[in-house]
Amino acid sequence: MDTYWEPVWLTLKLAGCTTAVLLIIGTPVAWWLARSRHWVRQPVAAIVALPLVLPPTVLGFYLLVLMGPKGMVGQLTEQLGLGLLPFTFQGLVIASVIYSLPFTVQPLQNAFGSINQQLLEVASTLRASPRDRFFSIVIPLARPGFLTAGVLTFAHTIGEFGVVLMIGGNIPGETKVLSVAIYDHVESLEYVQAHWLAAGMVAFSFIVLVVLYSLNGRLQSGLVK
Amino acid sequence: MTTPSGIQARFRCTLGAFELDVDLDLPGTGLTALFGHSGCGKTTLLRCMAGLQAADGTMNVNGDEWQNEGERNGRPVHQRPLAYVFQETGLFPHLSVKQNLMYGYKRIPKSERQISLDQATKWLGLAHLLERMPKKLSGGERQRVAIARALLTSPRLLLMDEPLSALDQASKQEIMHYLETLRDNLAIPILYVSHSTTEVARLADHIVMMDKGQVVAEGPLQQIMARTDQPFGLEEDAGVIIDAVVSELDAQWHLCRADFAGGHLWLRADEGLAVGQTIRLQVLARDISLALSEQIDQSIQNLILATVDEVVADISPGTSMIRLLAGHTPFLSRLTTRALHTLAIEHGQQVWMQVKSVAIVD
Repeated sequence: MDTYWEPVWLTLKLAGCTTAVLLIIGTPVAWWLARSRHWVRQPVAAIVALPLVLPPTVLGFYLLVLMGPKGMVGQLTEQLGLGLLPFTFQGLVIASVIYSLPFTVQPLQNAFGSINQQLLEVASTLRASPRDRFFSIVIPLARPGFLTAGVLTFAHTIGEFGVVLMIGGNIPGETKVLSVAIYDHVESLEYVQAHWLAAGMVAFSFIVLVVLYSLNGRLQSGLVK
Repeated sequence: MTTPSGIQARFRCTLGAFELDVDLDLPGTGLTALFGHSGCGKTTLLRCMAGLQAADGTMNVNGDEWQNEGERNGRPVHQRPLAYVFQETGLFPHLSVKQNLMYGYKRIPKSERQISLDQATKWLGLAHLLERMPKKLSGGERQRVAIARALLTSPRLLLMDEPLSALDQASKQEIMHYLETLRDNLAIPILYVSHSTTEVARLADHIVMMDKGQVVAEGPLQQIMARTDQPFGLEEDAGVIIDAVVSELDAQWHLCRADFAGGHLWLRADEGLAVGQTIRLQVLARDISLALSEQIDQSIQNLILATVDEVVADISPGTSMIRLLAGHTPFLSRLTTRALHTLAIEHGQQVWMQVKSVAIVD
């Protein structure tokens, strides 16, 4: 029974860690993308969107090379005494962060972009420092964007397969997440187990999206109340 | 060394094809109107003063230096003790009226809080709206909240950028009434951007006329309005503004007597006027005709002896503009050039002004 639930638990842990890391990293990136008029903005936006169009295996392949013993990142982590990242949970988190980046950044960027700039000017004339303005005006007004970003990132990480397979392999308890477990079951013709996990994923994704849409609707009308 | 009082604002900046170049010394009290057509740079000037727009220059407010010569930005906006009321009210949609009002109040040190929530809500009539969300307010209510929110930072300079332009006529009247209360109760200088002559005539003590990023005329409202070269651009509606005191109410004829330096005028006694009250009158140039002797066998009741100060050509060749002084109070009269010649009116001459109509603007 433990081995049955292990991939589920691992998947949730991976998705949770990835979402937390991405909300922290993605917020400043999205803020900069929404506000900057520098020419670098377009290339950066393209890099952020790359994981949307690249096959996950391409992404996984390059990450494997980079984080491997001969890669730049791999050499760095070894020198820092962290060891090599491929086929570890940490490596999986890093890969997921990159893979799910657009799912955090783009909703946030849209949310930030739709905030009336004048409100920030108003806040500055009411003695709010830039940092204060961000926390007292931007974050509350972008709340639907944060919710969307968080949920999409979480759900998208749960569904990843190609990157995991390339960078994480199939180590029970360490890198064997749900999608890999389903693949395993199918490979060994254990269709019943595969069904349980697959149907669970379908139900979970459906519920997450329903909750997201209704929460977003409530949040938006909450501003009107 | 004495601390300079008043407001010194010197700015130079280029925005695309537009160039702002302004050097102003403004009074440190009362309401100063920045007046001009749209695109003349009055809003840009206000933004420079607030620090919202980067510009080379200096900004001093009653001895407090906000920006020094040679600085491009000066003190950041949030460190300047000013309040800014925008044309679009900019209420925070996620906060209730009360939370909006408290936003700035919470952010100033306790020792600097001179205006309380109670006072501000009373002045602007907001007590019954405190728990509402901004979306549920009318245009006039929103602007009142924005003004109260600005005041609650106990500013040392109040900047207002066309606060009435987005409102309907009824709300305009209502807010103007509140603005008068503020002007008369607050010791802080107010800079008020407007392109409406009615607002300026009613509210301003001092006026700055702008055109193409430059100041074209500046001075006390009464002086500027009485200039024959009409920098105010009123043309047909040219006329003077006079501050007067109600000295007598005539119940029988429903009239009231308003005294000004150099004479008095009788006008219709509107409701709410009381003896001793200060009122602001507007007399249009086209409503003053001139006579060489006191004509009593006619319907015009307001006859004032005045001296011709200046005669100049008017907007059309058929008419002329005459500036007159009754005591020290200037008046403008528009006559046909033919009448001017027939009566042989010239500088220094004593004439009788026949004032056909007087309006109370405030």
